[in-house]
Amino acid sequence: MNTLPSKTKHRIFSPSRVSAIAGNTLLELVRLKVFYFLLLFALLIIGTAGFTSVFDFKIQEQFQMLKDMSLGAMSIFTLLLSILATAMMLPKDIEDRTLYTILAKPVPRFEYLMGKLVGVFMLLLVSTLVMSAMFALALYAKQQVVIGESVHGLTPSQVLEVTADIKAHAFTFSLVPGIVAIYLKAALFAALTMLISTFATSSIFTIFIAFTAYFIGSVEGIAREYWYASPTSGQLAKIFLALVALFFPDLQLFNLVDDIVAGNAIPTALFLKTVGLGLAYTGVYSFVAYVIFSFKEL
Amino acid sequence: MKKAYAAALAIMALFGFVKMGFEQQLTEEHRASFFHGAKLNLDMRQQLGQLGFLAALSGFRSVVADLLWFQAHTAWERTEWGRMALLFNNVTALEPRNTMFWDMAAWHMGYNASIAARNNRKQPREALRIKAQREYFKVAEDFLLRGIQNNPDRYKLYDSLANLYRDKFQDHLKASEYFAKAAQFENSPTYEKRMAAYELSYCPDREQEAYEMLVKFYKMGENEHLPTLLTRLKFLQEKLNIPADQRVYNPPDK
Repeated sequence: MNTLPSKTKHRIFSPSRVSAIAGNTLLELVRLKVFYFLLLFALLIIGTAGFTSVFDFKIQEQFQMLKDMSLGAMSIFTLLLSILATAMMLPKDIEDRTLYTILAKPVPRFEYLMGKLVGVFMLLLVSTLVMSAMFALALYAKQQVVIGESVHGLTPSQVLEVTADIKAHAFTFSLVPGIVAIYLKAALFAALTMLISTFATSSIFTIFIAFTAYFIGSVEGIAREYWYASPTSGQLAKIFLALVALFFPDLQLFNLVDDIVAGNAIPTALFLKTVGLGLAYTGVYSFVAYVIFSFKEL
Repeated sequence: MKKAYAAALAIMALFGFVKMGFEQQLTEEHRASFFHGAKLNLDMRQQLGQLGFLAALSGFRSVVADLLWFQAHTAWERTEWGRMALLFNNVTALEPRNTMFWDMAAWHMGYNASIAARNNRKQPREALRIKAQREYFKVAEDFLLRGIQNNPDRYKLYDSLANLYRDKFQDHLKASEYFAKAAQFENSPTYEKRMAAYELSYCPDREQEAYEMLVKFYKMGENEHLPTLLTRLKFLQEKLNIPADQRVYNPPDK
């Protein structure tokens, strides 16, 4: 006797479909050996740690430079990863015809896009976490070396004082908001790159526009403030500034790490507002990407 | 497809209008918490070069500052004091919230460059050597004053400026004033208050005030009976002609 498989109702949105696409996206990216950049990162922080020791720098300077270089590298690598990984995603799926296979199934386009983006977010998250762990480890190793060199011939109370001072310059939890801001900026750029790639004609065009957006976004704050502050400036200039301020993100708001390394503490409420802005950008860019992609002729 | 682009632009513009005000407010809040204080102007553009300036604008200010700091360190090894001052200006403009850069820049200028200028064998005239030395003191003072302007919420630069006034300008009144300012911070070392009193004890017409401060410290207990405190207390007791029965500190006869 033949038994027909029970008919399951198709849901408009299925987290399991999104997670399946996200998982596959992550797997694809891992297979592309993108994590090799972590080796570069490791070399860079080890090099910086060694390099600063060779120079006659004070302990505070050595930690400062190690933090600056490591966090700067984290910022560059996550940005590169988010733009490059996202830019090639749609064109590659179209070229491999994977996109048609997926969309021929009852998978809505927004689930496909969301899955792809979540995959990149996961890749960025893993990369940021691994780099943070390596960074913390490098700081800890440096801290131990410096403590070992500094406590010779000191009394126990002096040892405690010196150790506490050195530890204050090593990894502290005040750095975490800075690292979160780096991740947020990368996630925002993944969404923006996805948006660009929905109407771009090639990966190179997407990458070019994304980097241009990065540089414009870095000065968006200046444009916005000028727009607010100079009501008498020419109409053309005002229109141009307004367009920049309207369509580009203010990336300076996510560049918190420099000042955090310098000892600035960010109030929790302010940090949460910054996180909220980052999430809003990511959400809006993803939604606009979906709007364009949903009308795209494939 | 045109509809999609129109809808996309409309959404972006709508979001843009909402976010612009929010971003402006957030920027002001960030600034109130001492973020984004770097001054990236045309002078900086000329000195950093196009790539450096672009990197600084793109969120890599600290990395650019560190690279300049390396250059300044090399300039120090070559005793190129003028170049060092220029590089320090750029580093501190890029990283105004980093007290270490202000402090080190001032130290190099006030303590190293000034001594080098005083001992400059190429300059036979002593008056000009002294003049050059004092100019470096002023450069150091300027670094610290600008550093304080950018970091009014931290004690470190107040302390460094107090030390500079005491060691290089021999201006005990200003030294006392800045030690006292440093002492007002909760996380400042306990010696700041004592140092303020010590420095005040050197100021003519302020001896009574200094004496009262030192007596207060003396009465806090044995831990505060430090050699400098005792020496200054003895000096002031004599200078103010405090009657023997009212003196808190009576040093043992030799």
